[in-house]
Amino acid sequence: MSRTPRQIGEEVWKTRVEKVNAELVTLTYGSVVAQLCKDFGNDYIQVNEQLDKMGYNIGIRLIEDFLARSNTSRCRTFKDAAEIVSKVGFKIFLNITPTVGNWSQDNKQFSLIFDENPLADFVELPDDGKAINELWYSNILCGVLRGALEMVQTQVEAQFVSDVLRGHETTEMRVTLIRILEDEMPVGDD
Amino acid sequence: VIGERTTSSSNGMQSILSEKDARIGEEERRGAVFKHVEGLGYRVGQGLVERFSQDRPRFAEVLDVMKFICKDLWQLIFRKQIDNLKTNHRGVYVLTDNSFRLLMRMSTEAGGLDTVTRAQPYLWFPCGVLRGALANLGVQATVVAETTAIPVASFHVQTLRQD
Repeated sequence: MSRTPRQIGEEVWKTRVEKVNAELVTLTYGSVVAQLCKDFGNDYIQVNEQLDKMGYNIGIRLIEDFLARSNTSRCRTFKDAAEIVSKVGFKIFLNITPTVGNWSQDNKQFSLIFDENPLADFVELPDDGKAINELWYSNILCGVLRGALEMVQTQVEAQFVSDVLRGHETTEMRVTLIRILEDEMPVGDD
Repeated sequence: VIGERTTSSSNGMQSILSEKDARIGEEERRGAVFKHVEGLGYRVGQGLVERFSQDRPRFAEVLDVMKFICKDLWQLIFRKQIDNLKTNHRGVYVLTDNSFRLLMRMSTEAGGLDTVTRAQPYLWFPCGVLRGALANLGVQATVVAETTAIPVASFHVQTLRQD
C-alpha cells in the first residue's frame, strides 16, 4: 500500500465528504436514544439491543458508500482491517480516529479507544441509578461496525466495555473476529 | 335471486367495511409514526436553538424569529437558506425551500405522484425541528409540510395567539 490509512482518511475527509453540522448529529442521536428509552420504559438492555440493530442496518448500507469514497483495496489481515476502520472509516464519517490497541494473543480481538465521541457531546445519562450500569449510550456504533464488516465477509462481534458517560476513564469498544465468511454460490447456480 | 343478491350485497358491504377499517388502521399507524418522528425533531429543534441563539439579542417580533429560522437555522441544518418566506400578517407563515436537502436525491420507479406521496414522511422530522425551534423562541405554533414536486418543500406555520 503506497499511502497509509491515515493519509487516505485525511484526503477523503477533506475532498470527498459532504459535512453536516456536528451539533445536529449529536442532538439528533440524543433525541433518538431518549425516545427509545421512553418507548422501552427505561429497559436499557432493550435500548442497547435496538441501537445495535439500527446500527447494523446502517452499516450494511454504509459500507457501499465507504468503498465508493475511500477506494481502498482488500485488507490482508484483521490488523489491516482494524487500521482502516479507525483511520479511514471513523475518520470520514465522524472525523475521529479511535486508537486501535489491546490486541489479543491470537490477533482476533482488539479495542477501539475513543478519545472523543461526537455522539456523546453534552450528554448525561438518566440519573435513575440504572442507566449508568446498563445503558451503552453509543451502542449504535457497534451495530454499524458489525453490519459494515459483515458485508465485506468479516463477521465480528462488537460491544462497549467502558464509557466515560458511565464515569469510566475511557470509552472502549471491544471487537472480536468470529470468522471470515466464504463467498457462497447460491444453490443451483453453477 | 333475491337471496343471492342479499348475500352478494352484504358481502360487498363487508368488504367495504373492512377496507375502511384497514384504512383507518393505516391512518392511525401513520399518525402514530408522525407523532414519533415529529417529536424527535421537536427535541432537536429545541436543542439547536438553545445552542445557537444564546449570544443574540432578544427577538422583538415573530417575524424576526422567522427570519432567524429561515436564514441562520436552516443554514446550520441544511447548508442553505429558505428560498421564500411568505406571511399573511395574521399569524400564518409559509416557508418554501426549492431544493430541500432531504428530498434532493429522491426518486421512485413510478415517479410523479408516487414519489411525492412516499417522500411525505421525510418532512415530518423537519416539521418537528421547526416547531421545537419556534417553541424555544417563545412562539407556539403548529407546523405542517407538503411537497408538490420533488425537491420542493413548503412548511406552513400557523402561530397560535397568546392572549
